[in-house]
Amino acid sequence: MHDNMEIPVGPQHPALKEPASFRLSLSGEKIMQASVRLGYNHRGIEKACEERTYIQDLYLIERICGICSHAHSTAFAQAVEEIAGVNLPKRAAYIRTLVGELERIHSHLLWLGVAGHEIGFDTLLMYTWADREIVMDILANVTGNRVNYGINSLGGVRRDISPEQVRQIAKAMDALEERTKYYIELASVETTLINRLSGVGVMSKKDVLRLGTVGPTARASGVARDVRKDDPYAAYAEINFNVVTDNHNDIYGRTIVRLGELMESFNIIRQVIKNLPDGPIAVKVARKIPSGEAVSRYEAPRGEDLHYVKANGTESPERVKVRAPTLANIQSVAFMLEDRYLADMPIVVAAIDPCFSCTDRSIAIKDAEGKGKKKKIVDWESLRLHGIEWYSKQGIDFTALNKRFKR
Amino acid sequence: MKMTRPGKMISMVLGSLFKKPLTTKYPYVKSKPIEGSRGKLKFYPEKCIGCKLCMKDCPTKAITIRDTGDKRFEAEIDLGKCIYCGQCVDSCLKKALAITDEFELAELDPKKLRVIFHAKPKEDTKEQT
Repeated sequence: MHDNMEIPVGPQHPALKEPASFRLSLSGEKIMQASVRLGYNHRGIEKACEERTYIQDLYLIERICGICSHAHSTAFAQAVEEIAGVNLPKRAAYIRTLVGELERIHSHLLWLGVAGHEIGFDTLLMYTWADREIVMDILANVTGNRVNYGINSLGGVRRDISPEQVRQIAKAMDALEERTKYYIELASVETTLINRLSGVGVMSKKDVLRLGTVGPTARASGVARDVRKDDPYAAYAEINFNVVTDNHNDIYGRTIVRLGELMESFNIIRQVIKNLPDGPIAVKVARKIPSGEAVSRYEAPRGEDLHYVKANGTESPERVKVRAPTLANIQSVAFMLEDRYLADMPIVVAAIDPCFSCTDRSIAIKDAEGKGKKKKIVDWESLRLHGIEWYSKQGIDFTALNKRFKR
Repeated sequence: MKMTRPGKMISMVLGSLFKKPLTTKYPYVKSKPIEGSRGKLKFYPEKCIGCKLCMKDCPTKAITIRDTGDKRFEAEIDLGKCIYCGQCVDSCLKKALAITDEFELAELDPKKLRVIFHAKPKEDTKEQT
């Protein structure tokens, strides 16, 4: 018996178009141990938030994620509104819910396509992404942008919805529902899909609870965990909907859950546009937010998104902390990979619908002056100088380049 | 493995042969932007009072308002920095900024991305002519 072989997967776009690194210890074709390394896409957004005003932060926070941007901006706005003691107008809450659900539809359709691509079912990718254009056009029409909608403002939303738009949304929902019914039928009869996804990436209910998994990944293992039901925000308290769960515990179950959630989203949107209350779409919020702190939760398409905001009475926050859903799910990926075949890795990673750049928030320094002799804390300037020195030792000089690009 | 409903499959395959593609030949066929989508900014110098709230609220500092003397203001917008969020339009108290749906803004020369909306000509010069 020879030793296990260690292979690195990533950080250059393993499985999906985002940087993350996996270190897999293999015995033959079986993964014995998997460890995930994040941090390749750390953008310093939390720190940047502290240097900007609340209004500017809203657009910065939105750019944490390109797919669930409304989730992040709503969670941030909710936290700031809670500190400022603002009551959201009802119409604004309904419009936020509407955009949130439209976003869920486009995210789940996108996932279905990506999952199809990962298992070599590219026809599904072409089909779902073509259907996704319907909802993308609606989002562009309602909010102004296809992605990073910019619909939220502190104290409400920035754009109202016209009766014409309501008619268009209702029409699009009918078209999308018909397509989703087709995908649900496909998922129940298509043998290649069922055989490829069943029994892959298995996570029992016990493991889900132990690892704190969130979103559709948890719901596919029979854990009815959904912020929209548990801690209703926006207009969800007034809307009837079911939390879709499944007991397959594997990726097939996650597919069924996401397809079921699409049907629930159509149902929610129909209720929202039917009961859209009249009134103002926003209230004025002062530029200076009184000191205080708040935690806000939002059920993003990928799971629970958590924002913490601390205000100090000025125009900028003192601290913003974001916990994207992928961070909660990433440990379950390592768990699901273990004792499975290497060929299952892309779909197992893709099945949690990961978003690594959303996840890369902060770096914890463990044991800085302890046992690890080489570790030490350096400030930004000395790190920069160290970088220049290191490169000049390799014979690379940046002085000329720096001069050229200096504005 | 059993094949489910081959008849439906054949009709779909044959149907796809005669279907038009869903994509359009974009640069050759003009694409109309979706109604309500945000594009290039527009500045009305005669309405601007120079409060610079737009500069303050711009998340990327893409807009600069300059006083050219006599309370006449010009705006410089860096299209490379602009994220087309339209916050400046919301912030403007005098509606001196508006958003258009012009979206084909790519340039090879970065200098061309800096768009300057000049201030209105001096009123006294108008009177003299």
